[in-house]
Amino acid sequence: MTKVTSLADLKKMKEVLDAERAKYTKHLHVCGGTGCHAAQSIGLDANLKEILADKGLNQEVQVTMTGCFGFCEKGPIVKVVHDNTFYTEVTPKDARDIVDEHIVKGSKINRLLYTDPVTNEQVSDSQQMGFYKKQHRIALRNCGAINPENIEDSIINDGYLALGKVLTQLDAQQTIDIIKKSGLRGRGGGGFPTGLKWDITSKVTADQKYVVCNADEGDPGAFMDRAILEGDPHSVIEAMAICGYSIGASIGLVYIRAEYPLAITRLKMAINQARELGLLGKNILGKGFDFDIELRYGAGAFVCGEETALIHSMEGLRGEPTFKPPFPSVSGYLGKPTNVNNVETFANIPVIINNGAEWFASIGTEKSKGTKVFALAGKINNVGLIEVPMGITLREIIFEIGGGIKDGKKFKAVQTGGPSGGCLTEKHLDTPIDYDNLVEVGSMMGSGGMIVLDEDDCMVSVAKFYLDFIVEESCGKCTPCRIGNKRLYEILEKITQGKGTMEDMERLKNLSSVIKDTSLCGLGQTSPNPVLSTIQNFKEEYLEHIIDKKCRSGQCKALLHYDIEAELCVGCTACKRCCPVNAITGDKKQPHVINQDICIKCGACEEKCAFDAISIKLEKKIHTEHGND
Amino acid sequence: MEMIKLTIDNKIVEVEKGTTVLKAARKVGIDIPSLCYFELCDMKIENKPGGCRVCVVEIDGRKNLAPSCATEATEGMVVNTHNIRVLNARRTVVKLMISDHPFDCLVCAKSGNCELQNIATKFGIRDIPYQGEKSTYRKDTSPSIIRDVDKCIMCRRCEMMCNEVQTVGALSAINRGFKSVVAPAFEMDLEKSPCTYCGQCVSVCPTGALTEVDHSNDVLRALSDRSKTVIVQTAPAVRAALGEEFGLEPGTSVTGKMAAALRRLGFKYVFDTDFAADLTIMEEGTELLGRLNRHLSGDTTVKLPMLTSCCPGWVNFFEHNFSDMLDIPSTAKSPQQMFGAIAKSYFADKIGVNRKDLVVVSIMPCLAKKYECQRDEFKVDGNPDVDFSLSTRELAQFIKQANIDFMDLPDENFDNPLGESTGAGVIFANTGGVIEAACRTAYELHTGKDLKKVEFEALRGMDGIRSATIDFDGLPINIGIAHGLANARKLLDDVRAGKSKYHAIEIMACPGGCIGGGGQPFHHGDSEILKKRATSIYAEDAGKTIRKSHKNTQIIKLYEEFLGEPCGHKSHKLLHTKYFDKSDEVSIIE
Repeated sequence: MTKVTSLADLKKMKEVLDAERAKYTKHLHVCGGTGCHAAQSIGLDANLKEILADKGLNQEVQVTMTGCFGFCEKGPIVKVVHDNTFYTEVTPKDARDIVDEHIVKGSKINRLLYTDPVTNEQVSDSQQMGFYKKQHRIALRNCGAINPENIEDSIINDGYLALGKVLTQLDAQQTIDIIKKSGLRGRGGGGFPTGLKWDITSKVTADQKYVVCNADEGDPGAFMDRAILEGDPHSVIEAMAICGYSIGASIGLVYIRAEYPLAITRLKMAINQARELGLLGKNILGKGFDFDIELRYGAGAFVCGEETALIHSMEGLRGEPTFKPPFPSVSGYLGKPTNVNNVETFANIPVIINNGAEWFASIGTEKSKGTKVFALAGKINNVGLIEVPMGITLREIIFEIGGGIKDGKKFKAVQTGGPSGGCLTEKHLDTPIDYDNLVEVGSMMGSGGMIVLDEDDCMVSVAKFYLDFIVEESCGKCTPCRIGNKRLYEILEKITQGKGTMEDMERLKNLSSVIKDTSLCGLGQTSPNPVLSTIQNFKEEYLEHIIDKKCRSGQCKALLHYDIEAELCVGCTACKRCCPVNAITGDKKQPHVINQDICIKCGACEEKCAFDAISIKLEKKIHTEHGND
Repeated sequence: MEMIKLTIDNKIVEVEKGTTVLKAARKVGIDIPSLCYFELCDMKIENKPGGCRVCVVEIDGRKNLAPSCATEATEGMVVNTHNIRVLNARRTVVKLMISDHPFDCLVCAKSGNCELQNIATKFGIRDIPYQGEKSTYRKDTSPSIIRDVDKCIMCRRCEMMCNEVQTVGALSAINRGFKSVVAPAFEMDLEKSPCTYCGQCVSVCPTGALTEVDHSNDVLRALSDRSKTVIVQTAPAVRAALGEEFGLEPGTSVTGKMAAALRRLGFKYVFDTDFAADLTIMEEGTELLGRLNRHLSGDTTVKLPMLTSCCPGWVNFFEHNFSDMLDIPSTAKSPQQMFGAIAKSYFADKIGVNRKDLVVVSIMPCLAKKYECQRDEFKVDGNPDVDFSLSTRELAQFIKQANIDFMDLPDENFDNPLGESTGAGVIFANTGGVIEAACRTAYELHTGKDLKKVEFEALRGMDGIRSATIDFDGLPINIGIAHGLANARKLLDDVRAGKSKYHAIEIMACPGGCIGGGGQPFHHGDSEILKKRATSIYAEDAGKTIRKSHKNTQIIKLYEEFLGEPCGHKSHKLLHTKYFDKSDEVSIIE
């Protein structure tokens, strides 16, 4: 590859590539994200290419393996670009039909089209799909649109033009001012104004500064950073270089978790390609700016997403946070000024430079500009990765983009912000989502995890689930987080076991507020949020567990019991024989009884009973000497 | 210096910019409780991880409570240290800590000296509402130190001592969350780690997580065994600190009372390690002069600088980290071991007791001495030269247990022959003292002239690394001094790199020297206490009629009657040792 030594060079290269691209009349995009990879999209891609070559169509039709389309629920995805046809759940065997039927004959394959779960109608045009209609893809603009393993694909899609613009037309302060004016805020969770962070770091004098990309994505269920790095690594590289230019840093470091092998591979590939083209390294685009990027691997500790902990981990120290100030902007990696931004934040930068601050600021709400990527998961029809403008409501996300609740069940709550966030309910569905509104209603943006819960979910158990995660992931440095969260978890456990008391409710509240008030870092300062928000919004469920010893969703096994209805039981002994703990007694042809003290609630008897005599009861039942109480 | 003003509990406080809220508050008598915070200011030792969260305060305009130990005071800041929000948070944090702490205070080695216990008392905590799992770990007993980390509160003081002050790297935080604890890597035994047993971790541990191995019962048993003759030696630093355990002002010398107490405890002979310190000077000083003379006469094979070797923590550190230079330290044994070797040969013969029936007990300011006396090279047919080593703290406990009214004791003298000592032996307790004592003797032996002024002020002080050039009547001798192993490491790195300009280097593992040893009464970070102990030691030296080791009449007699000459054949056998390569046992820390 010859080096690109000026912006003119880069533009010329893009022209050439555009012309080459124009030779193809048709394009097929095959999803190459981690999820679709696992579902054999590599085989699909290979089959398509082979069949097209066999038919001599490979000069006409280009097959591109792209990053994630976001619609993971229905992967692997194949998009026929010229008519926007969106095929879902495609297997390698379907490749022949796609070529023979769609490419050659021009007729769409109905069985691969997406069926809208609400209207039950097939939708062929992706732009008409509920999942995509309300999305506005900025950070994910190239995910599903380019081949992330080929820098040329990125350049065709305006890759590195923003860097070129910055280097040739703007000085550092002007660049920072654009970012400031755009209103972009950190997408990792905190929502700190990005331009301001750059500005602070740029004003500290030091012989060496660092740009750090935080790719230590740790929220359960969140995978937007992985998707961006897998689908569009060049936008992150380009943004880091722009940041380096703005703050005066020549070294960029990406802290990425080692569990993201595909993202690591593609990022490495992209960095090498950028180096080969001269878009990283010395004297970039002939403007005397030096910048290069190295990777640092994280071992997968949630707390290492906190910037000081991340920096310590990169330094080879124990991954635990330190008190701020000093902020990394002043004293970060190896004691040098360090600007830490999240992957998604960086992915927004090149577009802001290219399209202008005003354009970006026109999207979103007053204090939260632009878009946000959310990982939609849980009891929802369209699980996947979405990018929506700030200000959109939860209702739009869940019922339009998400296609509503699975199996026609009733919506109960949505957990936003991961383990640090809170559970929002029906009454919050029409709140416009932005940083400040979410905090106001007791949750937070976080990195964008969004888990939808339905009537089958027990809210005490949900809080317990998140606390369990926090107890695992606390670094252990400060007392309230190390011991306090453990105690919170234990109290929740007690309640779900039916052993909770009203004093426990007070303990939960006091402990939660002290943990928030006294913890060292953001992890502890937000960890009780799932407890507090579920107490606030679902207090009656807590009280049912404590007073009535009942779990309405049936999730807390200790609280439910299996019961044999004497009238229906024929005494066939099938249940008695299959019970693994011999909890069932009764003579042949006589009604059987379950000893509640022995029963482990495995449900085997219920499954075995051919007479529907065994049913689940939601209250706790205690076995007494005189029979079941 | 820029000054700023802030308001703490309605009091206006003026402090230097850069001062923390905690220090600003303490300046006006507001004693915010703290646990993890630890400072030895003159030593530039500070631990403020902001981890315990006991010292939290409310600062106007801030959303969360702030740890006062790590928060810098700023102009106009308004701080409240005891409103209901702060008190509730602080109490809850302490209750959480106790909820994960054993309730065995009555039988805990640290009871009465436990900072967690003190805080619980201060807060009037009467119940622990949080019942739940407690962390349990294996109890780890090494020759010197017991780790009972069920009691660890993650203050990280020991880690700071072990890694920053000592650069030993034996202890660090491992595991995550509720399971996190301070331990050697991979939770291996301390004995298998690069631990030097300096005991600095023990001296700063706020709870009973790190304590010394207690040998008092072994000593008691020996004392009540009629077939044994039990004798005792007391290290120079002990007399300057023991009084603190009985409520005396730090720096009160209790040499005479200590001798009296030991006699009442039943020791047949009460001797002084200072005697052995003088002996050490004879051997080490002679060795230094020998090496110097060979060096001056052009012998390039001679190794210089010579390093002192009386500190067992330092020897352990050296064997682990600088095993490529084992021929540099003096081969002279430490005073404790010289004493043991002489006691179980010369003295045993004198009183006609078989060495197996002679029990030598040492009272040391040090925990590494417990390990040192168990080293195989210091045993004859399995019988150790020194049988048991007790710390200053253990001795105090022992005296109290024996119902001895320490304050009411008369001043008594040490027994002879192993009880006579000079001022030079006494100053072994302080950093710089060994080399000063060596200079007093080496000067006279080398020049043949009388040394008029015995105080070498240039060698004294508390700076971590000091250097001085001593004029040996026209021959300039370059002396280096380090206390604290991080400082030692710096000097040693220079030696390894061939950049060292010194002829001799004195190294003490503990900050301050033996007066700050791991077995001394807890100073709780008050460096004034260390200074007072040092002053008391120098005063004892100044009060001695004989202040040069080679003038000790019992030492002269010992050479005449028994040893022959310093570094002679017999000395070599009894008073010198060799060092071992333990680098395999070390995991490298950068």
